[in-house]
Amino acid sequence: MKCQILYFARMREVFATPAEEVALPDSVRTIADLLNWLRARGEPWCSELAAGKTFRVALNQEMASLDQMLTEAAEVAIFPPVTGG
Amino acid sequence: MIRVQQEDFDVGDELRQLRAAHPAIGAVVSFVGLVRDLNEGSSVLCMTLEHYPGMTEKSLQQIVAAAQQRWPLMGVRVIHRVGPLLPCEQIVLVAVASAHRGDAFAACEFIMDYLKTKAPFWKKEDTPAGSQWVDARESDDSAAARWGN
Repeated sequence: MKCQILYFARMREVFATPAEEVALPDSVRTIADLLNWLRARGEPWCSELAAGKTFRVALNQEMASLDQMLTEAAEVAIFPPVTGG
Repeated sequence: MIRVQQEDFDVGDELRQLRAAHPAIGAVVSFVGLVRDLNEGSSVLCMTLEHYPGMTEKSLQQIVAAAQQRWPLMGVRVIHRVGPLLPCEQIVLVAVASAHRGDAFAACEFIMDYLKTKAPFWKKEDTPAGSQWVDARESDDSAAARWGN
């Protein structure tokens, strides 16, 4: 399936892009699968998204948990903990 | 009423509009967040607020809806600025109206505590030593957690 991934704040700088469209293999079904797939690219994804790193993921503009299923044309966003207000 | 905007806001105007909504309003509580010129010892020259267009507005609507479910409110106004801001400038307004002050105080604090931990904004500070992203604070998570689910 195809998904749009958005990056914000420091992660946008580290990944050097605000967004990318990805074509995912059938084996990638959940947010956790997507993170593994990104980590497999190597640096900087494997460091930035390593287990123990603090970041948040949203799916279609709602905060998401790792076990949530992706859907075709989903909008996924990966970003640091928020600091508004 | 929720707005995410670059422009500054006039607190007096916003409170006047809030009060005008309902004659039974007996209490209006407001909070204004400002850019400080000092964060952990470095002088802040400029602070830039980044946000997630679309999710930002949704998230603020969810937070306000949660407050309206918990307390009998007669109006809520939330304005959050984005883009580059200078020290002493206004960042955010949360204003709440209700019949009595207890509900207004609690709802205003609740909305701010949730905004600090859930609304997708990020702050970047420019200092003489360079630019840095502001880290989220554990105290903000604790403040949100004390409201329960």
